[in-house]
Amino acid sequence: MESAGIIAAFWILAAVTVGGALAVFLSRNLIHAVVFLVLSFLGMAGLFITLSADFIAVAQILIYAGAVSILMVFAVMLTPMSSRDNANSLYAMPGVVLGLAVAMGVAFVANDVEWSVLADLDADRFPTTVGAVGDLLLGRYLLAFEVASILLLAALIGAIMLVQEDDA
Amino acid sequence: MSIPETLSIELAHYLTVSGVIFGIGIAIALSKRNAIAVLMGVELMLNAVNLAFVAFARFGDRFEANGIDPLAGHAFVVFVLTVAAAEAAVALAMAVLVYRRRETVDLDRINLMRW
Repeated sequence: MESAGIIAAFWILAAVTVGGALAVFLSRNLIHAVVFLVLSFLGMAGLFITLSADFIAVAQILIYAGAVSILMVFAVMLTPMSSRDNANSLYAMPGVVLGLAVAMGVAFVANDVEWSVLADLDADRFPTTVGAVGDLLLGRYLLAFEVASILLLAALIGAIMLVQEDDA
Repeated sequence: MSIPETLSIELAHYLTVSGVIFGIGIAIALSKRNAIAVLMGVELMLNAVNLAFVAFARFGDRFEANGIDPLAGHAFVVFVLTVAAAEAAVALAMAVLVYRRRETVDLDRINLMRW
C-alpha cells in the first residue's frame, strides 16, 4: 500500500491507538482511563478501515467504543467507595517487563519473517466486505455463529442474575 | 507524485502495532489494582489480536490456494467481538457484586480464596 494517504493515515492512527493505550496505563484517574481506552478503540477502527475491513471497523465502533466502554463507565460509577486512582499493584514491575518482552518479541518476529504477501496490494480485492462476511457467518460458520449467540444470551442472563438485588 | 518503496506500509507494520498494543494490554492487566482497569487491559489484548487477524486477511496470498475464504479472518473477528462483549458483561457484573459484598474492587484486598 503505497499511496500517500494510506501511509499518513497508518502512522497517525497507529500513534493514536498506541498513545491511547499508553495513556490508559499512565492516567491517574479511572474515568480518564476509560476515555483514553475509547480513543484507542477508535484509532483501532481507523486502522481496520485502512485494511479495507469496513464491517469490522463499524462493529468495533459500535461494540467496543460504544457498548463495552459504557459498561465500564457504569461499573466505575456503581463502585463509588473504591479507589479511583488507577494505582498499580505489587506486580507492576514484572507486568511492565513481561509486556515489553512480548511487544519486542512480536515486533522482532513481524519484521524478521519474510511474509508471503500479495504482490499487488492496491488491487481492489475487497470492494465491500459486508456481504461476504454475512455469507460466511450464515454459511460455513453457521454452527459457530449459533454457539456465539447462545453464549451471548447465557452471559447476559448470567450478568443480570448476578447483580440482581435479593429482595427484588 | 511518486512515493519511495521504503515508505510503503507492509504487513510487518500492522503486526508490530498489534504486538505493542498486546504488550501494553498485558502490562495493564498484570499491574493495575482496580478490577475494572484489569478488564481494560484484557480488552486491549483482544483488540490487538483482532488487528493481527484483519491484517493477515488483507495481506495474505495463500488463502485461495488452500481453499480458505480470505475473509475467514473477518468472520473470526466477529466471534472475538461477541466473546469479548459477553466477557465484559459478566466480569463487570462480578465486579459490582464483589463491591456490594466487600465495599472494594481492589484486587490486592480480594483475597478470600488465598491459600
